[in-house]
This record gives sequence, C-alpha cells and structure tokens, in this order.
Amino acid sequence: MSDLDKKQSAPESAAVSEPTALVPGTAEETFLSVRDLKIHFDTDDGLVKSVDGVSFDVRRGKTLGIVGESGSGKSVTSLGIMGLHQKAKVSGEVWLDGENLVTADPDHVRRLRGRKMAMIFQDPLSALHPYYTVGAQITEAYRVHHPVGKKEAKARAVEMLDRVGIPEPAKRFSSYPHEFSGGMRQRAMIAMSLVNNPELLIADEPTTALDVTVQAQILDLIRDLQKEFGSAVIMITHDLGVVAEMADDLLVMYGGRCVERGSAEKVFYEPQHPYTWGLLGSMPRIDREETDRLIPVKGSPPSLINVPDGCAFNPRCPYADVPKDNLTRTVRPELREVGSGHFSACHMSQEERTRIWTEEIAPKL
Amino acid sequence: MSETTDVTTPDQTANKPGSSAEPLLRVDNLVKHFPIKKGLLQRQVGAVKAVDGLSFEVRPGETLGVVGESGCGKSTMGRLITRLLEPTGGKVEFEGHDITHLNVGKMRPLRRDVQMIFQDPYSSLNPRHTIGTIVSAPFRLQGVQPEGGVKKTVQELLALVGLNPEHYNRYPHEFSGGQRQRIGIARALALKPKLVVADEPVSALDVSIQAQVVNLLDDLQDELGLTYVIIAHDLSVIRHVSDRIAVMYLGKIVELADRKDLYTKPMHPYTKALLSAVPVPDPARRGAKNDRILLRGDVPSPISPPSGCRFHTRCWKATEICTTKEPPLLQLGTGHQVACHHPENADDQAPQDTVLLTAAVAAAEVAGVEVPADKEPAAAADSSAAAAAPAASEGAKTSKSDEDGAE
Repeated sequence: MSDLDKKQSAPESAAVSEPTALVPGTAEETFLSVRDLKIHFDTDDGLVKSVDGVSFDVRRGKTLGIVGESGSGKSVTSLGIMGLHQKAKVSGEVWLDGENLVTADPDHVRRLRGRKMAMIFQDPLSALHPYYTVGAQITEAYRVHHPVGKKEAKARAVEMLDRVGIPEPAKRFSSYPHEFSGGMRQRAMIAMSLVNNPELLIADEPTTALDVTVQAQILDLIRDLQKEFGSAVIMITHDLGVVAEMADDLLVMYGGRCVERGSAEKVFYEPQHPYTWGLLGSMPRIDREETDRLIPVKGSPPSLINVPDGCAFNPRCPYADVPKDNLTRTVRPELREVGSGHFSACHMSQEERTRIWTEEIAPKL
Repeated sequence: MSETTDVTTPDQTANKPGSSAEPLLRVDNLVKHFPIKKGLLQRQVGAVKAVDGLSFEVRPGETLGVVGESGCGKSTMGRLITRLLEPTGGKVEFEGHDITHLNVGKMRPLRRDVQMIFQDPYSSLNPRHTIGTIVSAPFRLQGVQPEGGVKKTVQELLALVGLNPEHYNRYPHEFSGGQRQRIGIARALALKPKLVVADEPVSALDVSIQAQVVNLLDDLQDELGLTYVIIAHDLSVIRHVSDRIAVMYLGKIVELADRKDLYTKPMHPYTKALLSAVPVPDPARRGAKNDRILLRGDVPSPISPPSGCRFHTRCWKATEICTTKEPPLLQLGTGHQVACHHPENADDQAPQDTVLLTAAVAAAEVAGVEVPADKEPAAAADSSAAAAAPAASEGAKTSKSDEDGAE
C-alpha cells in the first residue's frame, strides 16, 4: 500500500509487460500483471487448455470483472493467480506487486495467500469447514499470518464479523456454518478473506448462489470494503449486470482465451467482439423497453480439449465469413488495441466491427 | 413472445375483469405444510409452511410468471399444481375439474394435459436411457400410439426443439446442458399438453444458451398454443417471458399483476425492493445507490413466519398494523392485486383511500378504539392517510440512516 511498494512494483511490471498489451499510463498503479498465462491439464482424454494465453492488469483500488460462460477458464485463471493448481502445467507470468508468482517457491506463495491476496468462493457452504465454528476459522486465518494470542485474534475476528454486518458478532463467533443463512455465510467468508487486509481480493461468483436482495447487500459490502482498504479486486461472474455494477475494467473470456478487454464503458457501449455482442443480446434487459426476442448465440461453448482452429468462437460466430481467405478458421486472432486501453481479438477490421455494432446489433438491444 | 403477446393480450384484456373465459387452472387458498417430526415417536412438533394460502387463475394461452426468493414456496407451488405433491388444504381446479385430492391412478389421464419442465437437466434425465426412450416414455406410460409410429413422432419432437433427430439413440451424457434442457422440453411436449409448468427452466444454463431456450419456449407457445406457468428467480427473465406475474414471499402471493404494471409501477414494497436489487447491465448506473432499496437481513423461516404481514420484519414502511393484521390480497387496479397495508404507486386516489380506510379501521380495532360507523369515510381516509404518511417517511428515514451507517 505504501509509496515504497508502488515504486518497487512500477518498474518491474513495466519491464515485463508486452509493449502491445499494457494499458499505457496505468503502469504505476498496476498491482497485478498477468502475462500470457497458460494453465493446461493433462487428462486421459487429452490436454485441456483451460487458460490459453491470457494477459491483463489489475490496478489498486479498482475492480476487474472477468466474464464468460462456464468452461471459459475464468475460475481456473483465478485459482492460477492464487497458485492453487497442483497438477496443472502453469506457464506465463503472474506479477503480484513486483513478484512473479509462477516461478516463486510454493512455500513463499503460500505465505502470500491470505495476507497479500485472498479469495471469496462461490459456495460458502463448501468453502467453510462444517466441523469448526466460524470464529475458529477466521481466527486461524488471522493467526497464520500474525503472531498473536488467541484473545487478540478473537477480538480481530469479532471486529471483522461486525464489519461485514453480522448481527451480534460476539455471539455468532461461536456458531457453526450450518447455523448461518446463505447470505450470512457469504459474509463470514468475506470476513475471513479480509481479516488480513489483503491487497488483492479475488471474488469468484460471490453472489451466484444468493437471492437478488442478498446479492445487493453483498455487492454493496464488497464495494464499501474495497473503498475502505483500497484493495484491487477481481470479480469473476457470468452475470453482466453484476460486472456492470462493480467493474472498472472488463475481460471477456471465451474458450480459455481473452476475446475482449477494456474499460467497462468501452466494452458495454462499444463492444468490439462478436461474442460480446452475443452476450449482450442474450440477456433480457430489465432497464430497457421489452424486446420481442432475445438474440441468442447459436451452438454451444467449445470443448477445451478440441478448441476450434483459428478463432475459438468461429463455429458460433455469425460474422465468421466476413474476413477474407477463411482467416477465422485458420489463424488465431491476436489481441489488438482498438482504442485507448481497449483490446479485441477478432479478424474483422475495426471499421467492419464498428459498422456491424452500430447498424446491426445495437439497434436490436 | 412477439406473436403471443400480440395475439393473447387483446382477448385477455377483454376478459380480465369478470373473466368470461373459463380459466385453465384455478387455485383457491392452496396450502402445503410439511410436518416436522421429532423424537422416538416421531410426533409432529411443527410444520414448514411452504405454501400458505395461494389463490390465482391461469388463463388459456397466457404465461404466468412466478418470482420470489429461495424458500418462498414457488417450487412447492409448481409441484402442487402438477399434483406431484398432495396439498394440505385448498383447492386446485383444472378445466373445471377438482384435482386437489385425486389419487395417482385418477390423476394419470390428466398428466397428458399437465406437464412439467424441471430445473436441473442433469438430474431430470435418466442417464441409462437413450433420449429416444426418454422422450417416448410419455407415449408408453399413457398407452398412446401416435400416428406414424413412436419413433417418427419422437424424431419430429426432437426436431421441433432444435435437436438433431438422428441423435435418437444417444445417451444424456453426450449432450450439453442446453441440449439436455431441450430434451426435457421435448418430453414435456410429447403428449401435446395444455399446461406446462416450468420450474426454473433456464437458471442452470449459461446466458447465451439461456436465450436459446427462452426463445424456444416462446416459439413453442406460438406454435402449439401452450399455457405456461414459469417459475424463476431471475426478474429479467420473468419479465421477458410472462404476460402476468405473481410475486411470492414466504408462501404467499404479495402481488399479482400484468407484466407492464408490475415492472413500471410495483405496488408492494417487496416487489419494489426486488426490482431495485436487480443489477442493471449498464456501467453508467454503477454505484447509483440512491435508487436502490437495500433490504436488511434474510427471509424469515417459514416454520414460524412473522405475524401479520410476513414482510413487516424487512419492510421500511411497516407500521403497527402490519405486525398484527395480515393484509388481504386486494384488487387495487385493473388486474393488479396487492397484499399490503401501505401500497406504493396507487395511481388513482379511490382504491388507496379504501385501503387506507380499511387499514385505519383495522388499526382502530386493534387499538380497541371504536370507529363510529356513521363517521364520514372521507374524513377517516384523510386522517388515516395523514397518520400513515409520517410513519412511512419515518420508516424510509431509518432505512436510509442504516445505509449510511453501512457506508
């Protein structure tokens, strides 16, 4: 958090960044830089390329939203950053505050987990241990990183429970996870993740299992805590409503690859990839006039063992034939900058895309 | 929905009040309590009041959407009207016939007309049967010999829901989630039912697939003249598919209205809170907290629901009367039913006055004060309105200060 940290991290991350992929002018605030991250799993059926060359940056105090369908590699990416893949082949670079976590000693990464980076999981019931009280689990997380006595740790845990809005925190400290409701459990999870003031918080579908009213409470809480602690947040979700509400920057993933990246405004208002158009057209909008029909993406997501040649989206893309020479089916498109800090991996020219978006897609949404 | 809305809305509006056309399904004060048994003798110590007095109608050709948070009893309701569960009380009428307590054998002929689409396409298909067997099961069970043979009909059904008819001999595991949901839909439609109850038909699917299935349900409704009851928790999806929408809270309907009415002027505070909680996919509205109503806490337990209005523990408008007297589901606008003592957006003054008047009378009863019967209604309404207004604004204030506190 200190100025010193910032100064240390700045030159490092700038040095490792690909000149084409880094958002210019933001290097100094960058807290996490992921470069060409690949996470592959060897299975009996073949090599599963869950994440296949993803690069992005997360800035301090800002939120990056990662969207995509199930199997697009969003959760695998986040677990990869946390260093939680034991059997996977991980390559590329993950620079957290000036340290490359991919090549670092696993013991060292373990010490960073919890203190420097923490995670909120989707399903708090399976992420919390049913055998221990909520309080015991939070104190444990605290004492791993802080050499304090039980009493002090308990005081800290109660403070955190109170902070995340659990009523009667001192009493609930000795409750078991099953005695909590879904929303309360998620709050307890958040308390556990934040007990060490992590500088990077990864929230993997934090509200998917919750009802809308509770979801609103939790999103509000995450936003408030982020403001308070100035943490960098990665928000992984399939819900475009949630990312629009939370994220400053967006990363759209498809088939283990990044297809579009940019500020939330750019991606929502001037999306430059047919898959992003598909996502926007697929969802009924509560804030718009009623539409007669949704515009679905045809087909289904690709198998990560047999990712289509060329652009992974080409079998489902209505515009796959726009670029000449069958390019979409043979050559994998590079992530190219289409505007300041806005990248898209598509073979169509920017003029073509802009024309299709403004003339064909946007009017129907 | 394009065709459907165009076609059905006019005659719906025509028969809305008084409803001259016979409703397909009529539910009257439906109740389902699940007993809680304890101890050696398995004595009943309580009951989960999953559904606690529902009354509504489903008209032919329409889509009734049912929304609510988890645990509000919407799925139980779906299973009650398809008679997969035995109601504890109340009445279910299908096409004028009382089906509330029909046994399995008597229910069987009706199963042709009432079908269900389940939420989880992974657990609702037998993994050891081919999809041909799965989709032809209804014919076998009902002893129906379709024209042109079972196989041909099943293949037509598969084509109808957008699957390759040649996949007749494949097993469920060879299909993706969206395709499986299509198989479930094909099975539900095999016998050309009149009513299809879909319990969270798209919530297990990815967004892009969700849109495919929603469109499919639309097309099938147009093509086959189906009537749907669609249960879902996603308010955006419900708005897209429904003609009328029922909002449930803790086993009761709190509001029932046409889609447009419900979304443009919700009258029940719970509906308003639900709608305001839906994240809007528009970054320009990021952090626009002021127009969001943050409900405190969680849904109370249906084992011992709160007294009076069940929403009063989380409602910012709750007053004395809400804790003691249960608000009845009243018609406050054309086809707009609300169960609230202090409804929002009451457009013309008359119905609001009557409500406030009944509220005032009830409050007086509770307080043990006699309301003179000859007292001018208008005056009573005025005073009660005046009494209700400050209370409401006070409630709003407290909730606001809570929010501030959270920040």
